[in-house]
Amino acid sequence: MPARFLRRLISFALTLALTLFGLLAVTFVIARVVPIDPVIALVGDKAPADVYAAARAHLGLDLPLWQQFIIYLRDVLSGNLGSSSTTGNPVLSDIAHTFPATLELATYAIIVGIGLGIPLGVAAAVWQGRWPDHLIRVVSLFGYSVPVFWLGLVALLVFYARLDWVGGPGRLDIAYDYIVEPWSGLLTVDAAAAGEWDVFWNAVSHLVLPVALLAYFSMAYIGRMTRSFMIDELGKEYITTARVKGASEARVIWRHALGNAAVPLITVVALSYAYLLEGAVLTETVFAWPGLGSYITQALFDADMAAVLGGTLVVGASFVALNIFSELVYAWLDPRARMK
Amino acid sequence: MKKLLLAALLGASLAGLGAPAVAATPKDSLVVAKNIDDMISLDPAEVYEFTGGEITTNLYDGLVRYDADDTTKLVGGLAESWSADPAGRSITFKLRKGVTFASGNPVTADDVVWSYARVVTLNKPPAFIFTQLGWKPDTVATMVTKVGEDSVKISYDGDYSPDFVLNCLAARVGMVVDMKTAMAHEKDGDLGNGWLNRNSAGTGPFVLKLWKANESVVMEANPHYRGKAPAMKRVIYRHVPEPSTQRLMLEKGDVDIARDLGPDQIAGLAGNDKIKVETYPQSAVYFLSLNQKSEKLQNPAVWEAMRWLIDYQGMVGSFLKGGFEVHQAFWPKGFAGSLDDTPYKLDVDKAKKILADAGIDHLDVTMDMINSAPFPDIAQSIQSTFAKAGIKVSLMPGTGSQVITRYRAREHELMLLYWGPDYMDANSNAMAFAFNADNSDDHYASSTTWRNAWIDKDLSEKTVAALKEPDREKRLAMYKELQLAVQQHSPIINMFQNTAQVALASDVKGYVQGVTSDLVFYRNVEK
Repeated sequence: MPARFLRRLISFALTLALTLFGLLAVTFVIARVVPIDPVIALVGDKAPADVYAAARAHLGLDLPLWQQFIIYLRDVLSGNLGSSSTTGNPVLSDIAHTFPATLELATYAIIVGIGLGIPLGVAAAVWQGRWPDHLIRVVSLFGYSVPVFWLGLVALLVFYARLDWVGGPGRLDIAYDYIVEPWSGLLTVDAAAAGEWDVFWNAVSHLVLPVALLAYFSMAYIGRMTRSFMIDELGKEYITTARVKGASEARVIWRHALGNAAVPLITVVALSYAYLLEGAVLTETVFAWPGLGSYITQALFDADMAAVLGGTLVVGASFVALNIFSELVYAWLDPRARMK
Repeated sequence: MKKLLLAALLGASLAGLGAPAVAATPKDSLVVAKNIDDMISLDPAEVYEFTGGEITTNLYDGLVRYDADDTTKLVGGLAESWSADPAGRSITFKLRKGVTFASGNPVTADDVVWSYARVVTLNKPPAFIFTQLGWKPDTVATMVTKVGEDSVKISYDGDYSPDFVLNCLAARVGMVVDMKTAMAHEKDGDLGNGWLNRNSAGTGPFVLKLWKANESVVMEANPHYRGKAPAMKRVIYRHVPEPSTQRLMLEKGDVDIARDLGPDQIAGLAGNDKIKVETYPQSAVYFLSLNQKSEKLQNPAVWEAMRWLIDYQGMVGSFLKGGFEVHQAFWPKGFAGSLDDTPYKLDVDKAKKILADAGIDHLDVTMDMINSAPFPDIAQSIQSTFAKAGIKVSLMPGTGSQVITRYRAREHELMLLYWGPDYMDANSNAMAFAFNADNSDDHYASSTTWRNAWIDKDLSEKTVAALKEPDREKRLAMYKELQLAVQQHSPIINMFQNTAQVALASDVKGYVQGVTSDLVFYRNVEK
């Protein structure tokens, strides 16, 4: 057992290292060939020639590309992701600040997305072709095809500006800002841990809209996939067998069919979660949410390479981590995978 | 009880009962919604961006500065008085007595000398405002000197008008930093630069409490401020990138001022008696320039024809409404010495005739432009009016840094861009629009002239002459002459000057926004 576990661990570590290396190499090359001069972000448009040259040398842009990459890798391995030219901060501290904002949003969104998406998908599959199926399809399709930007603004207009049910853009009202010392960076967690329930509820009221919006999109995706997996399963012989054996319909659907459909669903859920963690840029913009998505996008526009690479690294690492996690769950759900 | 109430409120909200929450900004705090993603630095020796600039203005004072009550007037800041000696190329300042920094340290002549030398030594982007006075890292110690406990003498190298020198000193680089505090936080010989990017050490009405990049900036009232204590204990910037969101927050009362509203949002606020909209003329000039590296753009007939092919009034009357006015000279209206005539208008027939006389019947050009408002709209208008005279324009949109990258390399043909002065002296823009010392590729300059590979010896000499003219009236007349020459005969077509429309909660009083970002003042704000 330990030997197999060790082998698995080593293979995970290798996958992680290789994926991240590849990701960094590609991002690095793309970043260097885009026709944007990173020095401008650092010294501004009107800098005189000598200031410009000094900044360029400081960034190491005079060196050949491969040398720049090696220096970057060396720094990353020693835990130094460099400094962002757009914020002036070390990239690591920027990420420590922006990633939790995205993580909080994404985590609540995926929980709601799963909680609604799976039952809806199951319902659509069970009543395939009948009105619940059509209704659910329309709802999903809407979530799929409406621009998130527009939906976000409308939601703000209705629920924040007109009805006054929820908090507005940003993570907290001004009055509640800077009360809780950040620890995890997840405001709800930090506020609850500090016993600052006013802050907690305020954070929740700010989370409601963006979470609902993102949850809606992942619900649409998860629901649609659940439906198709369930239809597959429900048509198989073991389902007929189970019914013949007299298993209750609930047991057939929830235990037998969903139990099997759950295996491929894990990948779907992991993917949607990873997608949310990448940062929903448009949602973050509309809701003035200081998350990772807008951080990377802003950095990209200014060719702030240290920030782009650092952000990419985090996104890449979360992808790999989720992959590993879903593989573990996979193994736990599917005896065949366990055997291999 | 409060917690319970909040929980109940939230419960009610979620249940859809819609109990109205009390959304208002604290009485002693001013909350400003603004896109602050341009911020890089808050050190006076380094800051060069709009948002960072207006914040430092509220944290520091210079020897001289523009008055919050009348922003065109240069008044004493930390200096009580000064006397200029044009023949001796020097100005001597007498410091105001009893002024202290936010730390409690008294302001001394040493702080002034150190602060100025610091700008030159650090040599960050805006340092040229000082180095053009002849101050170099090894000479500044002899050119900026303490001549008594409360006197500082500055000398400059060149026959500059003292007016020009004072305007340079009033720029952000001229802000005086608390030497003791800054040096206590020095790291690796950075003269406190790293620390000052996140903290302040000035004499202004506010001190910097916090700056979270792309999130918020918090300033608090400076208890040691030499003037009347600000009514606002706190000024808070919230980073809200999306204008529609800014409008919603203002309407909800979650912010007091929305800074980046477009014409659509402004129009939507009409009739809301809880919000007022104020218009402030700004100092950026928007122009179209023709790169002289491109042979087909070298013919002056093309320059002239294009001047008559832009629908200046049409644009200002429609999609640019409220945000821009027509201005066809390089020095903005509202500044001493500006040329305010607008002789050009859309006249397709005239342009066609000019082109026909020059034997040009067809022209294919590209136009580089930033892909965010207002540039796409302006570009499309130009594209359609140019087409009427047989000039086919292909648009090349890009992000700001993308466009600037090509511009610096002089790879563009037409460029649609803007320019803001670095200090409030006509020389700032004359250097950019009329002066070019050397047009060669390796003599890089950030001026509009060099970047469009245009050089006019005569205008360059006149720019230098204007800089030296001691008589104020004569000097301003020389700048008008320069503007006229560029307006009539150059590959640079100045079109517009911007105005800022700011929406404020109607109870906010005393907000001051001048023509540049150096002139945004919060100290008189009440609500």
